[in-house]
Amino acid sequence: MEKLHDFQRFIDAEEKIEPKDWMPDEYRAHNIRQISQHAHSEVIGMQPEGNWITRAPTLRAKKILLAKIQDEGGHGLYLYSAAETLGISRDEMIAQLHAGKAKYSSVFNYPTLNWADIGAIGWLVDGAAVTNQLSLRRTSFGPYSRAMLRICNEESFHQRQGYEIMLKMAKGTPEQKEMAQDALNRWWWPSLMMFGPHDNQSARSTKGMLWKIKRASNDELRQRFIDKTVPQAEFLGLTIPDPKLRWNEATGHYETSDINWEEFNQVIQGNGPCNKERMDHHKQVHAEGAWVREAAAAYAARKQEQLVEV
Amino acid sequence: MASNHTDSQGPVWEVFTQKKSGVPYQHAGSVHAFDKDMALENARDLYTRRDKPSGLWVVPAAEIVAVDPGEAAPFFDPADDKVYRHPTFYEVPAGVENL
Ligand SMILES: [Fe+2]
Ligand SMILES: [Fe+2]
Repeated sequence: MEKLHDFQRFIDAEEKIEPKDWMPDEYRAHNIRQISQHAHSEVIGMQPEGNWITRAPTLRAKKILLAKIQDEGGHGLYLYSAAETLGISRDEMIAQLHAGKAKYSSVFNYPTLNWADIGAIGWLVDGAAVTNQLSLRRTSFGPYSRAMLRICNEESFHQRQGYEIMLKMAKGTPEQKEMAQDALNRWWWPSLMMFGPHDNQSARSTKGMLWKIKRASNDELRQRFIDKTVPQAEFLGLTIPDPKLRWNEATGHYETSDINWEEFNQVIQGNGPCNKERMDHHKQVHAEGAWVREAAAAYAARKQEQLVEV
Repeated sequence: MASNHTDSQGPVWEVFTQKKSGVPYQHAGSVHAFDKDMALENARDLYTRRDKPSGLWVVPAAEIVAVDPGEAAPFFDPADDKVYRHPTFYEVPAGVENL
């Protein structure tokens, strides 16, 4: 009890918790769940974009997309490392993902149908992710906070490269503009869903806020994202697919329709358009890479033996 | 600093980078690797993708000796009671300069 009291005081003083510090079991479990799911999202998120590497319209676009996707893989690795400091192994995390016990962001269960989708992902999906991640730089667990700092620095080009694609298409031929609008239509709502359920529906939020794991509520972050994104859509000359969208002079915020929570729940439960494809692909690639890990382990063991023999 | 040797991805190595010559090395994060060379390569690919640094260290996480946070307070205690280690402890008479 005393320990818990000191722990809370420490957190309230905006100090960071480090891996070997005393922490409540629930704090540890909450961080493992959140950080590993964040890591899985970065890694699974490479799939929808990877779908377009071989079909990028120019060499410049292809190089940018490759670098962006490589960053996302790196983000996954930073986050796995941060979660590992809490005593879970990388293998366990991957096993939890494959067993469906650990989730990843539902947004990556939507397909990338045309090149404009790559623009929309960078602009909207990375834009939503970075809104969340900027806030998480102040999370109370040290390794998570440091991973967020590193990630936010790298994210700054992701959103811009996406917006650049949208801008080119929106100002291009009528067909290109139509593709850009279609991509916005399909990615807008899944992007808003990335922030999770409404605050009054999210049971875990309370403890997460008390322990400063989360630094802003789902609805707060979602509103922040909407407020900065709507003017960007206007600049593109594209229409946000929400007839109820309007600027509220009094609050200084945009008002929107509510999210289709039935769709959100369906996708979370595994019934989105690409859930099975994403998971099958991850399992397949992980299994295909097993021989590399085994060979590397055998090689390291043999070198160790030779060292002992000499 | 986790060190999980049963993981099929190899043991954990802590990574330190030096941003430019002359400045101290800083902890960047960690990687998994089966040997030294792989640890350096993985660390390069993960932690130095931009802003080419001037140096990179990798250290097996299991080899790092750290102070137990529970014992940190008494362990570091001696640092606290020697005020005369700080220049502000000394009174410099008015009129004396460059001291
Ligand atoms: Fe990312
Ligand atoms: Fe990103």
